[in-house]
Amino acid sequence: MTTIGIETSVDRDAEGFLTDPAQWNEQIAEEIARESGIPELTERHWLVVRFMRDRFLTTGSAPSIRALGKESGVPVKELYALFPKGPAKLAARIGGIPKPRGCI
Amino acid sequence: MSARRQIVILGGGTGGTMTANRLRRRFDEDEAEIHVVDRDDRHVYQPGLLFVPFGLADIDEIVRPRRRQLRRGIDFHESEVESVSLDRETVLLADGSVLPYDALVVATGARLQPEETDGLTGPGWNERVFTFYTPEGAEALARALERFDRGRLVVNLVDMPIKCPVAPLELAFLADWYLRELGVRSSVEIVYSTPLDAAFTKPVASKHLAGLLAAKEIELVTEFNAGEVDGIGGKLVSFDGRELDFDLLVTVPAHGGAAYVERSPELGDALGFVPTDRQTLQTRARPNVFALGDATDLPTSKAGSVTHFEGEVLTENVARYLTREPLVAGYDGHANCFIETGFEKALLIDFNYDTEPLPGRFPTAAGPLPLLRESRLNHMAKLLFQWVYWHALLPGRDLPGLGPAMPAAGKRHEPAPRVKEGRP
Repeated sequence: MTTIGIETSVDRDAEGFLTDPAQWNEQIAEEIARESGIPELTERHWLVVRFMRDRFLTTGSAPSIRALGKESGVPVKELYALFPKGPAKLAARIGGIPKPRGCI
Repeated sequence: MSARRQIVILGGGTGGTMTANRLRRRFDEDEAEIHVVDRDDRHVYQPGLLFVPFGLADIDEIVRPRRRQLRRGIDFHESEVESVSLDRETVLLADGSVLPYDALVVATGARLQPEETDGLTGPGWNERVFTFYTPEGAEALARALERFDRGRLVVNLVDMPIKCPVAPLELAFLADWYLRELGVRSSVEIVYSTPLDAAFTKPVASKHLAGLLAAKEIELVTEFNAGEVDGIGGKLVSFDGRELDFDLLVTVPAHGGAAYVERSPELGDALGFVPTDRQTLQTRARPNVFALGDATDLPTSKAGSVTHFEGEVLTENVARYLTREPLVAGYDGHANCFIETGFEKALLIDFNYDTEPLPGRFPTAAGPLPLLRESRLNHMAKLLFQWVYWHALLPGRDLPGLGPAMPAAGKRHEPAPRVKEGRP
């Protein structure tokens, strides 16, 4: 469990995902983005982060990258440009939801 | 039951065929009509596709007419499905006919979507870029492998979920064996690339399988999300800009559900899979719609064994639904896969929603099989299974000692032992 030192401290797991999505706010998102190498969250970043978070809160699981590309309106290529390496993982971390469950 | 019920089953593959046969035995013909719809009359024993590229099986040995696998008293419709209307409780077929249903079973499996990856089906497709997930692709790969005596063979899976998640690993293991038999292995590099962060989806099995890859001198590349294929230049490019050079690429394309699912409002998710209750196999779409096999969104493997174990629970619940009895929450996510590792050996893994594949022994009617360990017995069992498939599983007979629930006995919950060096 680690915390990040901003106004509210939050509980995170070993990989930096919030353990309680309710502790999330936009300031925390920006801070996690910066530590993940994204200096500023643009409108496109926010669109993806909010989509992931809404989907998790309504269905209990976050979409895979392909489903994200089909449903969010942001093509997969752009997702990788916005969130280098692993868009689904990174957007989930910034959005304060658990790491997307690996497929089987 | 008073009125004659209409049961419509979409898909005449593993799940659809065994469900139709089981339901036909369950209900007299004056109690229920059973309809099965499929777009063609070719039932492929899909596990057999793995062996075709290595000359170990021919397509005509693994394909049989769908119709002939169905019991008497089942109506087979050879047509594409246009769409399902959940509100009207009807299925519209591409030939224009309409099938009303009291209970609907979605068993249309998964569809390959190579077109989702840029360049995959472009120049080089079926010449140096192949998939073995279709009969045509497996045959084309067989011809290419016969001539392949030097260079770089890349085995890749584009994105999860795929059918039989162990199959690309098996392909790599068998390619290693095949090229050694031909005496050209020393001039071929084999690379296994996966979008997962390990060789497989579950940690203990991943460790064993990574050990096997290393022992067979197969390079493992993880977190590789293939975005583009250059079939002329021989390059596989990931979305984050990494490149893998190949002389021969064997890929498993992205999968989605059947196309009609997307044309049927409220039935499927973004990828065309059908959201389904993980224990009862009733869909979330409507209480009178059930789903099994590769067509569902369930968090277990897309594999014939899963479909088989689900089938018993699904049949029971369709019958209970029609007779207004409460459903049983009977499916535990049980999956069971033989992993062919070459040199006439195979591994066996057995797991469910909660228990990952573990080492130990798997109890069967004919004696225990070793789990997560290479053995000749597992290989023999895998070969024997094709007979069981056509003669017991599809007809819907209960297989002794192989019920739907995962057996807990025999599994070792200790840290996984180190994998021993496989024989070259």
